[in-house]
Parts: sequence; C-alpha cells; structure tokens
Amino acid sequence: MTLDRRSFIKTGGAAVAGTMVLPPLLKSCQNIQISPDVKSYLDHFEVTPEMLQKVIAEAMSKGGDYADLFFEHTISNSLGLEDGKVNSSNSNVDYGVGIRVLKGDQTGFAYTESTSLQDMLKVAKTAANIANDPVTFNQGELIEKTIPNYYKVTQKWENSTIEEKIPFVQKVNDRLYELDEKVTKARVFQRDETSYVMFYSSEGLLTFDYRPMATLGVVCVMEKDGVIENDYSARSVRMGFEFMNDDLVEELAQEAVKKTNFLFGAGKPKAGELPVVLGAGGSGILLHEAMGHPFEADFNRKGESIFSDKMGKSIAKDFINIVEDGTMEYNRGAINVDDEGNDVKKVYLVKDGVLESYLHDRISAKYYGVDPTGNGRRQSFRHVPLPRMRITYMENGPHTTEEIISSVDYGVYVDNFTNGQVKIGAGDFTFFVKSGMLIENGKLTTPIKDINIIGNGPQALADITMAAGDYQTATGTWTCGKGGQSVPVGMGLPSVLVKKLTVGGTSA
Amino acid sequence: MTKDEKYSIAKWAMEHAIQNGAQQARVIIYNNNSSQIEVRNEKIDKLQESNQSGMRINLYVDNKYSSISTNRISNKEELAKFIEEAIAGTRYLAEDEFRTLPDPDRYYKGNGPDLKTVDSKFKTVDPQQKVKDAFMLEKEVLGSDDRIISVSTSYSDGMSGSVMVASNGFEGDSENSYYSLSASVSVTDGTARPRGGWYESSIFSDKLIRKDIGKKALKRALERLGQAKIGSGKMPMIVENKMVGQPLRPLISALNGGSIQQKQSFLIGMKGEKIGSDLMTIVDDPFIVSGRGSRLFDSEGMATEKRSVVENGVLKTYYIDTYYAKKLEMEATSGSTTNLVFKPGEKDLEGLLADIDRGILVTGFNGGNSNGATGDFSFGIEGFLVEKGKLIQPVAEMNITGNFKQLWKDLVAVGSDVDNTRSWQLPSLVFDNVDFSGI
Repeated sequence: MTLDRRSFIKTGGAAVAGTMVLPPLLKSCQNIQISPDVKSYLDHFEVTPEMLQKVIAEAMSKGGDYADLFFEHTISNSLGLEDGKVNSSNSNVDYGVGIRVLKGDQTGFAYTESTSLQDMLKVAKTAANIANDPVTFNQGELIEKTIPNYYKVTQKWENSTIEEKIPFVQKVNDRLYELDEKVTKARVFQRDETSYVMFYSSEGLLTFDYRPMATLGVVCVMEKDGVIENDYSARSVRMGFEFMNDDLVEELAQEAVKKTNFLFGAGKPKAGELPVVLGAGGSGILLHEAMGHPFEADFNRKGESIFSDKMGKSIAKDFINIVEDGTMEYNRGAINVDDEGNDVKKVYLVKDGVLESYLHDRISAKYYGVDPTGNGRRQSFRHVPLPRMRITYMENGPHTTEEIISSVDYGVYVDNFTNGQVKIGAGDFTFFVKSGMLIENGKLTTPIKDINIIGNGPQALADITMAAGDYQTATGTWTCGKGGQSVPVGMGLPSVLVKKLTVGGTSA
Repeated sequence: MTKDEKYSIAKWAMEHAIQNGAQQARVIIYNNNSSQIEVRNEKIDKLQESNQSGMRINLYVDNKYSSISTNRISNKEELAKFIEEAIAGTRYLAEDEFRTLPDPDRYYKGNGPDLKTVDSKFKTVDPQQKVKDAFMLEKEVLGSDDRIISVSTSYSDGMSGSVMVASNGFEGDSENSYYSLSASVSVTDGTARPRGGWYESSIFSDKLIRKDIGKKALKRALERLGQAKIGSGKMPMIVENKMVGQPLRPLISALNGGSIQQKQSFLIGMKGEKIGSDLMTIVDDPFIVSGRGSRLFDSEGMATEKRSVVENGVLKTYYIDTYYAKKLEMEATSGSTTNLVFKPGEKDLEGLLADIDRGILVTGFNGGNSNGATGDFSFGIEGFLVEKGKLIQPVAEMNITGNFKQLWKDLVAVGSDVDNTRSWQLPSLVFDNVDFSGI
C-alpha cells in the first residue's frame, strides 16, 4: 500500500499499523526567508508565511494590541491490558489552530479544526471582536527563534509499531503475577503522544516544537485474608519508544507490588494537627498546591491570591529555595518553548526564604512590567494560555533525614500521594496520602493509608522548619488542572518537616 | 453539519470498516458549539467561541477490539486510510470473546417521547444580550461592599449534537443545549482572601435564572471571612444539597461493572443487601422531561429504563455495560447514570439544621479521595459550626475521614431541597458520627 505521506502523518494510524513516516513535502516560499525546519512545520500544517500574515492582519483588524496563532497536531495511541491480555487499543488524532487577540489585558479567542485560509480568517474575525477601533496593522518581519531541545527522541512513536509495544505491556502483567501470589487483578496501560506545535505572533515571532510523551503504568489488586487492596505505579516522561525497556517493566512491577502489599494492615493516625514529615520526591505535591498555584500571576494580578501582597517579603526559613523550571531533561513538565513563544526559564519563586517571582504568562508579565518566565501554557489549540507550572521543586536543605524523623514525638511520615487541591484565596491546600508511616518517639512505626492532609499555604511554608539534603525528582504521572485545562507537570522535594498540618484520622 | 450529513458520514465510515475486515462497528459523529463571555472590572475580560466536531469508531475485528477517534473528518480519503490502518493494527491485539456490540433486542428502536433537552431558539439568542447578562451579574455586587477585591462573572452557552450508528442495527441521534451564568467574588478582611461562587444553568434561555447570582456569590464569600478550624471529634455532618455529589459519587462508581469485575469495588456481592439507612432511596430516571441527564438510549445504544438504584437502603442494581455483563455473566443494565433522583424528606435545610445540637454544615469540599476497593475516604471540607440549629462560625482547613459502608448507614435525615437543575437531583443530607479532624 502506498500512502500519501502528508495525510498519513495526520491520520496517525501509524501507531496502529506501524509504517515509517517520511519527511513532509516541501512547498516553495519565494518571498520570505525561512529555514528548512520552519518550512517542514509550515508544510505540516499546509500553510505559508503569507497565509499566516493574512490571518494575523485579520485578527488585528479591529485594533487589537497583539495576536497569535497556535497550530497543533497531536497523535495519541494507547494500549490496555485487562485479565492477562493486551486486549484494547485506542488511537486519537487532534488537529487545529487557536487564534488569540489581546487588547490590554482583555482576550478574544476562537479556534478552528481546519487550517484552510478561509476557515482561519473566519475565526480570526471572531477573536478580533475583543477590540473595537479599526486601525491599519503593519506586519513585522518573520522572526524565527532557535530553541533548545530538552527531550531528544531516539525513536519517534510514529515510527513504532503496535507489535513492538505489546510485549512490554504484557511483561508488566506477567512480572506482577510472578512477584506475588496475592495479585488477583492487574490493569496495565501504555500511552504515547506526539504533538507538533507551531506558534506565530503579530510581532512576527515564529516558533515550533515537537513534543513527545510516553506513559506506562499498572494498577495492581491484591487479596489477603479476604481483604482487597489496590495501588498503582506509573512513569510518564517526554521520550520516544526508547522509553520502553525491560528495566522499566521490572521497576513498575516491583513498585506496584510493594506499594499494594504495604496497605494490608495499615491504619489511620489520630485525627488533628500533627507534625508531618514529607519524604523526598512525590511530596513535591506540597509545593505544587500550597505555593505553586498561589504564585501564579493571574491570581495575583486580580488580587485573588493569599500571596498577592507578599512579593519581596520573607515567607519561609532562610534555607528554603523553591524553583520553577521547565528545562529538566525528559521530565513530563519540560517544554522547549512556552505556548506563547517565550524562552523557558528556571525561576526562583522563593530565594533564601524571600518571595522573588510569580509565574507569568504574557498578560501578567506585561501587567507587572517584568520579563516573561516561560510559564504561558495551554492544554491544546482549543485553549488560551494561562500562567502554569512546569516542574516545581525545592532545593536541598541543611538537615539530614534521620534528624528530621527523630525530631518528631508523634506525627506522620508520608511519601505516596494520589491528588491534591488548593483554594487560592483562602490558601487552604490539601493532598491525599495513599500510604505512609506513623512516627512515634522519633521512629517510623506502623503503616497508615487513605488519609487527607489539609493546611494553609503561607502558614505551612513558614512552618517548614527542617529540610534534608536528599532531594529527589518525583516519578509518576502528574497532571495539573486549572480553569478547565490540564497540562503535564513535574515536581520534586528533599525530605522536609512541616511543624503542623491537619491530618485526617480517627478521633479518640 | 446537519443531522443528515452526520448520518451520511457515519454510515459511510461504518460500511468502510465492515468492507475492510471488521465484523462489527459503531460510529459516532458529534459536534459542539459554545461561547463564553467573562467580565471583570466593567470590561469584557475574555470572549471565547468554540466549534468542534469529530468522529469516534469502535471496531470489532476477529474477536479483537479497538477504538479510534479524529477531528479530521472532512477528507474521506484520509479517513478511509485511518480506518484501514486501525483494522490492521487491531489484529495484533489479543482475542477477547467478550467484546461485541450489544444484543440488538436491547437497542432503542425509535419513537420515544420528546424529552425536550434542546432549546430550539439556541441559534437566535442575541450576542449582545449574552454580554448584557454577564455585565448585569457584575453590577449586582460591584461597589456594594468595601471588602470586595475581585469580581468575575461569566455567561456561557453551548449546543451539542451527535448521531450514532452500529452495524447490527442501531441508529439514533440526540441534541442538548445549555445556558449558564456564574459569578465569583473574592473578599478580604486584611488577612485571607476567600472566594465565593454561585451559578445557575438551564437547558432553555428563557428559563435561565438571571437574578441574585452575583449577590449569592458575594454572600458566600463574606460568610467565609474569619474561617478557622475547630477541635477534632465525632459530630453530625450536614451536607448542603449542591455538595452531596461528593459522598455519593464513589458509591455509584462502586456499582460500575468494571469496578466489580476488576475487584475495585467495596460493593461486590451487595445487590439485595442493605448498604445504607432506611432513608436512602435513589431512582435512576432517564425520562424526566427537560432533565439534565435525560436520554432515550445510552452510550452503546441500549434503550434506557427507569431503575430503582437503592430502595430504603437496599441496593437494587449495578451499572453494567455489555462488555462487563458478559465477563461477569450478569445481565447488562447500562454503563452510566441518567438522572439520579434522591427521594426527598420533609424538612428544608433550615429545618434540618434546627435539629442539630452541635455539628458541622459542609458547604464545600477541598480535595481528598477514597479507596474504591475498601470504601475508605478522607476529604477536606469547609462550612460552618452549627450549635442548637444556629450557624456559629465559619470553619475550614478540616478533614472528614471514614468508610462509605458506615457513612451511608449513618444517614439520619434527608432534606426536601432537591436541586433539580442538575442530572443528579440531590437534597441536603445529615450523617451522624462523622470523624472531623481539626485542631
């Protein structure tokens, strides 16, 4: 079967059928100087520089200050194993362009699922309506931006076949049953996603990015003495097919069995305010909820965040440094360029205990008169960019893990979480602990499970009285939701002690 | 896209799948149009318009199963290849004898009642009126209290339509519309900046409640000023009607065929058994005229039926789709809820509170989760301390922790205040002996 290569890229059936994707056909561009890389993206979306300029001119025709176009083509594939067999698959193709017009801090936005000039002009006209005084717009020169690559791919998912993927999914299941005879059910899921994105603004800036995402995970159900427990383990990173390997399979199976086993016999702590030791790694959820979200500049610009008047002030012990970074290689939260064409920076939110920066998108950076931080992200071409986290972590502190645990008379040690949430204005944040340990007289004693922990952001930040030197980046598949949009994120933390948080449990 | 155009593409895709090796296929073509206007500081903050369409196909090839979806449906040549490649890929999967389309006897055969789920005037609503509505909400509150720091209001509407065809003899289509107005107000007393929100929504533009939304949001924000946690202990918990979905959702998930078959349900083997107090009676009614969850057929095309879910605390049904019915060797019901109606009691919220000596009224949840296999739960909450029927002080930063098997048995009172603007029509509820953690 011969395939027209361009339509083939878009249908993305490759993952199911498993054929090579060839380089896209190149179109000639006589007037505007562009690189072969840019040409390949323009051709991918079947547009020319002249078309982009026409659409931008229409978007700016009612007097907008700024406009941008965000093209996206995403192909995702997943495999599912249930009851011992890889017995379902899904493939999805999503394609379109979002057009945004800004007038001051006002936004007009519309999108189309076609990139024909006619359809793009139509939605550009809709988005343009946010402004209301027609002017002549002078198109700038097209500026190509070279961006770094934090997720170099060895084997693209489009070049990988379902036949190649299936054995790894099957092996996770088989290892699970081999590891522990208490395993009664397993569900394994594999998912890969490839996004081509291209951005063009009324300032002439053109950027593009190739964004892979790979996920493998397993839900493990075990039965012991008539009690059923389940837990899961998963990894998700920006990599190609090289992500799938036997070491990963082994790691996931071992972890799932270990985590599920841990739950049998686990109890609940005493309800109320307790010292909480957050183990290194996944405990970064504390930063994500308690600090990351309230530091997002849109909430602060509107005065809605509990941190709105704290810039430049000391908000934590002086050994605390909190970083927001999109440049960690292969991390789920990494991006080569943000969704507004800005460089992705490593930003200190808190330096030596002092609040130094919010997380900005274009609108808020302009409002605060600061440089963009590269935090303008969107779920897809159907969504407007918002200030969003990428990878949020705390740097190492001066204490040791042993010192921290031994300092607690009665409290909890937690290191396995499922989800969290925050109320931006009140500052109350929560995270759900799947499992942890009780600390009694400075020692880890009995397992605990299924409890919610709730605290107040500024108070919790001030209450971090110890931080260890055992920093870890969280593994797992964190996805952050805000304003109806989901984006992949990362997090990390050294072990820390929060003097007191309210821990769910049982009353005497 | 007209309904006829949708049917035409759907049937073409279905036939193409069958001609190229699938024994069975189901195709859905959908489109959604929506608009949203957000207002802030007496200006339009955001104007958004959305028009979306796409196709989903379920393929059954030699006892193997896959699903595919795409929003690139205008080019038939491309679609044809997509379907052919997917069929080729499906052949690599393991056989699964339980994967089939539903028994055709169970299909909706047409001629059902008009459930009135769409506003025929949707396309004629004046855009200027939408903008006016959003500004009107803002006017209700702007400048009415010194403690206000931010007001956001929004208008949104949407219409969706889909057609579904299946190769063993199903054809059906549905249309839904909604209109919604919402307000969010942030206030401060110099320390925290709590936010309060309210919204109204309706299937019909002329039935949408437009008054007092801003005022209610402001009231809910102001009430939160000075909120604090109180001492831990076991107390009665009153859950406001709009929040009852939180404790009910995990129970409904536990009735799902997949959860049962995969042993991730705390209600395995409980059909016919007591799972809650006598006051717990829930009916799934797909035929409520203009109910938000009303429908004549489910996502597989099976004709919907009115079902008793829980009657006086006794579990009457599971939610089982065709696939899990075969795996479990049970009869398929339906994989999802329609309108879930909780049988109301005699007293409104005030009446329920009047009977409380000391307890907590929960008006919002904050995070938390539950263990599907065991029923253990722990959620963050906010609300009010209630003493002798009176709201004493706002509370927050507290958790409730327990097990759903016990919680629903501790249901001691049911309100009369069923909220029928949602598909889950629930009243306020009172539970006894709930573990609250605070100070």
